[in-house]
Amino acid sequence: MRIMAQVCMVMNIDKCIGCHTCSVTCKQTWTNRPGTEYVYFNNVETKPGLGYPARYEDQEQWKGGWELDRKGRLRLRGGSRLRRLASIFYNPDLPTIDEYHDPFTYDYDRLITAPAGTKSPSVSARSALTGRDMVPSWGANWEDDLAGAPARALHDPNIEAMSEKVKLDFESVFMFYLPRICEHCLNPSCVASCPSGAMYKREEDGIVLVDQDRCRGWRFCVSGCPYKKVYFNHRTGKAEKCTLCFPRIEAGLPTICSETCPGRLRYLGLMLYDADAVMAAAATPDAEDLYEAQRDVFLDPNDPEVAAAAEAQGIPHDWVVAAQRSPTYALIMRHRVALPLHPEYRTMPMVWYIPPLSPVADAATAVGYEENADVIFGAIDTLRIPLEYLANLFTAGRISPVRDALRRLALVRTVMRANQLGQHPDVDLSDVGLTEDDAEDLFRLLAIARYEDRYVIPPAHAEQAGRLLAQHAQTGCSLDTDGGPGMGGTEDDGSGVESFHLNRRDSDDVAVAGRDATGRLHLLVNETPATGGAL
Amino acid sequence: MSGTQGITGFQLLWWVILPYLALTTFVIGHVWRYRYDQFGWTSRSTELQEKKLLKWGSPIFHYATFGAIAGHVIGILIPESWTHAVGIPENYYHWFSAAAGTAAAVGIVVGIGFLAYRRLFVPRVRATTSAVDWLTLILLAIVIALGIAETVGVNLLGSAYDYRQSVALWFRGLFVANPDVRAIANAPLLYQVHATAAWAILIVWPFSRLVHAWSYPVWYLWRPFVVYRSRVAAHPNEPGTSGRRWRSIGTRY
Ligand code: HEM
Ligand code: SF4
Ligand code: SF4
Repeated sequence: MRIMAQVCMVMNIDKCIGCHTCSVTCKQTWTNRPGTEYVYFNNVETKPGLGYPARYEDQEQWKGGWELDRKGRLRLRGGSRLRRLASIFYNPDLPTIDEYHDPFTYDYDRLITAPAGTKSPSVSARSALTGRDMVPSWGANWEDDLAGAPARALHDPNIEAMSEKVKLDFESVFMFYLPRICEHCLNPSCVASCPSGAMYKREEDGIVLVDQDRCRGWRFCVSGCPYKKVYFNHRTGKAEKCTLCFPRIEAGLPTICSETCPGRLRYLGLMLYDADAVMAAAATPDAEDLYEAQRDVFLDPNDPEVAAAAEAQGIPHDWVVAAQRSPTYALIMRHRVALPLHPEYRTMPMVWYIPPLSPVADAATAVGYEENADVIFGAIDTLRIPLEYLANLFTAGRISPVRDALRRLALVRTVMRANQLGQHPDVDLSDVGLTEDDAEDLFRLLAIARYEDRYVIPPAHAEQAGRLLAQHAQTGCSLDTDGGPGMGGTEDDGSGVESFHLNRRDSDDVAVAGRDATGRLHLLVNETPATGGAL
Repeated sequence: MSGTQGITGFQLLWWVILPYLALTTFVIGHVWRYRYDQFGWTSRSTELQEKKLLKWGSPIFHYATFGAIAGHVIGILIPESWTHAVGIPENYYHWFSAAAGTAAAVGIVVGIGFLAYRRLFVPRVRATTSAVDWLTLILLAIVIALGIAETVGVNLLGSAYDYRQSVALWFRGLFVANPDVRAIANAPLLYQVHATAAWAILIVWPFSRLVHAWSYPVWYLWRPFVVYRSRVAAHPNEPGTSGRRWRSIGTRY
């Protein structure tokens, strides 16, 4: 048994109001610069819908993640290593910018400098790739609140995977928001696809990163990730991805997207897992068993043997304690309300989701029922469309784990509500495998948990500080170019974990003429900003 | 140096000093770039912007280029006496090189046709092209055009100039500090310009996207799939203490 620790996120979908604050703050922090205009490390999709990039979930087309060969062994869907090296000159599985969206801006100057007159001045969209006028026709959030759903939503791969009958019932419409970031997978196919070895998983906390100095732009990580959460910076020619805000995590702070979420729907905590068991679990023959298989890989930090073994294998004591307090462990393992996104990709994703009860509860209340357990149970079972849809998202199609999670959520709601009203509900929590304590704990976690309960993140160890800085320089350097926020560690005072200061450098202090703010050269960056009309 | 008599100063400059200058720039430039600009070392793919044309252009161009490079190794670096020694008749060799060379030439023309078209006429691709990109591509185009004229025009259809007895002697001589200047100085103009543009490419190479050619990741075939890196593994040496590394002044860890 090789015990490793991983920072894990759980999102409670029911609480997502689709405000996109997470996307915006992440963008401001990490991708607000030329070359990454189209990139959203965090995006919020309306489901059902095609998603971003369009139809990324269709692995028949994009060939992301892993599959089993005829002998049941794990292999990359994108083909063998040899095939990748032979097709390095052209990657057949890469989406183009049109699947994400042609990024655009406006010539705001024209609004300000227009001469006085009777007509209001107007501007049209301008492509950030070419500097030319363009008509936007798709975007990261084109389908917000089911916009265009009649034409498109039926092409959602999760809908297409449903039985014929269900398709026709689509009039009984439902929707919810799905915020997505990199899954920081236990078995990351992006890392496995990178021929240069530039991508890696950090041993200490499992964060998956791209070494900007070793990336050679072969762009196989982009197609290798089934969630399409590695992006190609079209100015630097290098891959970039969600960093899980590692400078913050190292300091014991939650990620930007979690911190700024008004719905407070995100949880961050440690999971201990058996690294030796990952490969076998990922190769589970029946995809529907993958959810349980991944749960089996996680270790119980409260088990004294596990705790002792973890410390013996070098995991610091405070990390083991943090793992014991982990809210993600409670939601995934103890209460079984959180589910993985698309376990059938076999990457063992580590951002899990509490499925939304609202499509079901809404439907039940819409027809005039009280929100009580029996009715909701009935509704959960009869509303097969959302249920099957959710199962396609979270359990490779197996209905029971989704139904059980929803029942638990419904029952906790009913019980707590009755308690508030001084009633004595006639429900049996053991129906759904909960105790009174569990219900109380689940209520506390889902409804009233405070900052320090939602985010249990042990800081990186100070004795590693000087060494951490070297890594900041490797991954952060692209952020220093092209108007990046200037995270670069090289000018730092050397104090390590404290190395991120929000205001440490004016972000206007940017790269000019291919030389970034640290004085590093980048010969291949085109000096003329594309938006300035490169042509 | 053998037989310097009868060589003008210009010839010396052009066929001896320039090549050595180019080779030196090539080597030192690469070392410098590798040390100082890892971040800029990339193939600078434009597949995100355009992939329908790239699908044909890039693989055909690259595979044909490898063919052409192999052809140069055989034709220029391997002396004629060696091929004679293993019993390959001159006539046979000539036809083989003309046929294989023509195949490579056709590939390169088709491939570069696709690539040039998208770079010139697809606005998204064109907008990514930096000055050094243009320079590299123009030099490549010149070398390729002349190379094809030599292979197809002279070797296949024309009078079959025996470059192995002239240009090749000069070229190989450069590496043993004994270049036969007269051989190249008397070669047809076509060959002279081709060779000159090739040196120019070598000068530009380390400073262009062509460095991507050295990063072909063969070792991907046997490394473990999932790479782990420890936050502590890469403990950097204090500047000046490692012996094997040197880094720019002011780089701190
Ligand atoms: C082992 C070696 C090589 C590999 C793996 C390789 C791979 C690549 C890749 C991935 C691209 C980017 C294609 C895209 O836009 O997605 C590229 C572009 C290019 N390569 Fe190579 N290459 C190699 C050798 C060479 C050599 C030897 C040359 C020329 C002498 C060369 C010339 C070029 C040129 C000119 C481009 C730009 C094409 C364009 O977009 O206009 N490559 N190469
Ligand atoms: S979700 Fe993240 S870790 Fe998983 S394959 Fe994609 S980029 Fe890699
Ligand atoms: S963890 Fe950080 S980088 Fe990743 S999506 Fe959230 S804010 Fe963006």
